Amino acid sequence: MGYKAKFRIWRGEGGEGRLEDFTVEVNEGEVVLDVIHRLQATQTPDLAVRWNCKAGKCGSCSMEINGKPRLGCMTRMSTFDEDETITVTPLRTFPVIKDLVTDVSFNYEKAREVPSFTPPADVAPGEYRMQQVDVERSQEFRKCIECFMCQNVCHVIRDHEENKPAFSGPRYFIRIAELDMHPYDVAERKESAQDEHGLGYCNITKCCTEVCPEHIKITDNAIIPMKERVVDRKYDPLVWLGSKIFKRQR
Amino acid sequence: MERHEYDVVVIGAGGAGLRAAIEARQQGKRTAIVCKSLFGKAHTVMAEGGAAAAMGNVNSSDNWMVHFRDTMRGGKFLNNWRMAEVHAKEAPDRVWELEAWGALFDRTKDGKISQRNFGGHEYPRLAHVGDRTGLELIRTLQQRVVALQQEDEKLHGDPEAYIKVFAECTVTRLLKDGDAISGAFGYWRETGDFIVFDAPAVVLATGGIGKSYVVTSNSWEYTGDGHALALLAGAKLINMEFIQFHPTGMVWPPSVRGILVTESVRGDGGVLRNSEGRRFMFDYIPEVFKDKYATTEEEADRWYDDQANNRRPPELLPRDEVARAINAEVKAGRGSPQGGVFLDVSTRLPAAEIIRRLPSMHHQFKELADVDITKEPMQVGPTCHYIMGGVEVDADTGAASVPGLFAAGEVSGGMHGSNRLGGNSLSDLLVFGRRAGAGAAAYVDGLAKRPAVTGLDEAKAEALAPLERSGGENPYEVHHELQRTMNDLVGIIRKSEEISEALQVIEKLKERAKNCASSGSRIYNPGWHLALDLRNMLLVSECVAKAALLREESRGGHTRDDYPGMSAEWRRRLLVCAASQDGDSISVEEKIQPSMRGDLIGLFERSELEKYLTEDELAEYDAAVKES
Repeated sequence: MGYKAKFRIWRGEGGEGRLEDFTVEVNEGEVVLDVIHRLQATQTPDLAVRWNCKAGKCGSCSMEINGKPRLGCMTRMSTFDEDETITVTPLRTFPVIKDLVTDVSFNYEKAREVPSFTPPADVAPGEYRMQQVDVERSQEFRKCIECFMCQNVCHVIRDHEENKPAFSGPRYFIRIAELDMHPYDVAERKESAQDEHGLGYCNITKCCTEVCPEHIKITDNAIIPMKERVVDRKYDPLVWLGSKIFKRQR
Repeated sequence: MERHEYDVVVIGAGGAGLRAAIEARQQGKRTAIVCKSLFGKAHTVMAEGGAAAAMGNVNSSDNWMVHFRDTMRGGKFLNNWRMAEVHAKEAPDRVWELEAWGALFDRTKDGKISQRNFGGHEYPRLAHVGDRTGLELIRTLQQRVVALQQEDEKLHGDPEAYIKVFAECTVTRLLKDGDAISGAFGYWRETGDFIVFDAPAVVLATGGIGKSYVVTSNSWEYTGDGHALALLAGAKLINMEFIQFHPTGMVWPPSVRGILVTESVRGDGGVLRNSEGRRFMFDYIPEVFKDKYATTEEEADRWYDDQANNRRPPELLPRDEVARAINAEVKAGRGSPQGGVFLDVSTRLPAAEIIRRLPSMHHQFKELADVDITKEPMQVGPTCHYIMGGVEVDADTGAASVPGLFAAGEVSGGMHGSNRLGGNSLSDLLVFGRRAGAGAAAYVDGLAKRPAVTGLDEAKAEALAPLERSGGENPYEVHHELQRTMNDLVGIIRKSEEISEALQVIEKLKERAKNCASSGSRIYNPGWHLALDLRNMLLVSECVAKAALLREESRGGHTRDDYPGMSAEWRRRLLVCAASQDGDSISVEEKIQPSMRGDLIGLFERSELEKYLTEDELAEYDAAVKES
């Protein structure tokens, strides 16, 4: 059952670091995060890693395992060969603080740039009436656990620091789409997605959708529909006007 | 040293902390939120089932009085009744308010917020979003904080002018000026640098203590920080002997042992079976609940479609009852292969329906255990989930006995009595988070001058000590031994000798913890962080064990093998924990809980109260009924 696995983990702080090799015990049913915890308890007490729920619900333990963005708590050791060396590195798109912990403040700054839910002024709490079918579209995007792996993998910013100021990234495109599709939101969303959040930079390679641990169809259900409607509206402003009037009536 | 001045400092950014901070900011107070993890990762995110609020959307017979009664029953009448009353009355408004802040709950056919069944709740009462309600709650509150920051940016040019989040920042000491709170001291996890908050009011919203146990549904953050900070600041803890072991945690594989399987599985039709295939919960309906639960499988199954004419299935008994039943089945040798029992929804609902209603359970079992819950049963067993005990607070304001100190959510005590009903936690966070935020704001308004910070040198020395030692104890080992001790000796079933043994071990661990050494730098050093958290876990564990030893009865989340019965004499007695002057040891005193207000006790039938109250209390009841 148990065996000794070979791990290669990025270690370092203050802009410097290197890959270090470890041999560590692995037991049946364990995930990569378990093994990192064992390393902390037995070999490297100061190895830095973020984690919380250990059940794929909080999105804290995002890391790159053999070069692929993964949640450490949801990556089972049984998916690797026993003699394979498993390489664990921090998310590449964000500056490293120490070891596997990165500075993800970029995301929180972008979150603040998306105008909040804007309901009509005349609906009091308790008076909201929405059909299940109408909330489900936004509910898909609200499953997001903010692991920021879509942000990490997006090639617009992965190796292009210079694009960061103008580009909010897939996490915030689904936030905008979620608000846009909310039955009671009255704010203008699509145009600002294009003009202020850099939707136009996305060329639909679907990398974000592929890494999403919640299986949110980021590209198909959020980005593409918004892109299409941005185009529609640019050709025909009446479509935009009509859609806002229709929305108010609901 | 980095220093900030605020009106209100909220420690913890889960549901209670965020709701408290939102309230304080809405009342014009400059508010800091200090949390150990990133913003939006708090343990609230793990809550699955829903928020209990008697909105009456699914069954119009529901109202605050029914909810109040259910809560008191669930807590075996040990609850602070004023808290249970406030909670039942205000929960609907708190849920509706979330909707106005952008939350998207599942809907009924007529477009209202849908409500689901849960253990101990007479009517479908839990507002929910599939089985990820906690995520919706935390995200909505997080986004509300952002909305307020956007407002402040427009008004003052600075989004953080009135509400700022200090993420990955741990508070290690509350600071005082004489008797009153004057601030908080902590460190940045990222750099290890110290930080001081000058603030006349502190709201504790740090959650629970589950990390003192091996098998737990709780995350690393749950080290009892708020409980310990309160003790060390001179406040009191009540009801610390009452710990909820959630009946259904995963039992396999070992690395996920303890992770929660939502009660919604049972609320939506899932049943518990032993290795002989028997639905054993029918054998465990206690006397006090006899007339409320079905006695045959046929009646129980009819209940899902016709709740007016059938009694509910015994799988939906309060959590303490179900956890003890599972424990007994496993002990009797009728457990599942990996030491739990079977929880089956696969033969009860169509696969598509299971995936729609329980998406994250389906995902969790598939990814972590290779089990497809639409095709086969899950294996489940009890896991340390929630502490009913906590800081003794004023029901209306959340104020602790120390001026300027407030507490809300799991870190506070009283609301849930000896056992919390599922769904009453998310609503508790909202109701008492708001009240504590308002309480803190009002307290600050009433102050003539700001208190001065003292005790910084001591706090600094204490925090640095593990880094300055070399060749001391490994904090991970001390932690592990504490977890084993509490799990084995002060767990779900307790007895006098074992608890005494645990207390002896805790004494030794306290000495070892004082000698912990942490290698490495101050930058993001988990070994150092754990060494500092140990003080809190040990203080809290001592409270749990000492109170558990004194309470010679079994009630809710405290089961004594040597005192199996519930005692009316003990019902009114609360055990109050306090720390010694040097913060080194815990003393426990008894305190009598005030009698329930006449109009509230009048909501119960005498025949029900007879199961819980003493003759003297029943005489009071008769007098109250006569008067009205």
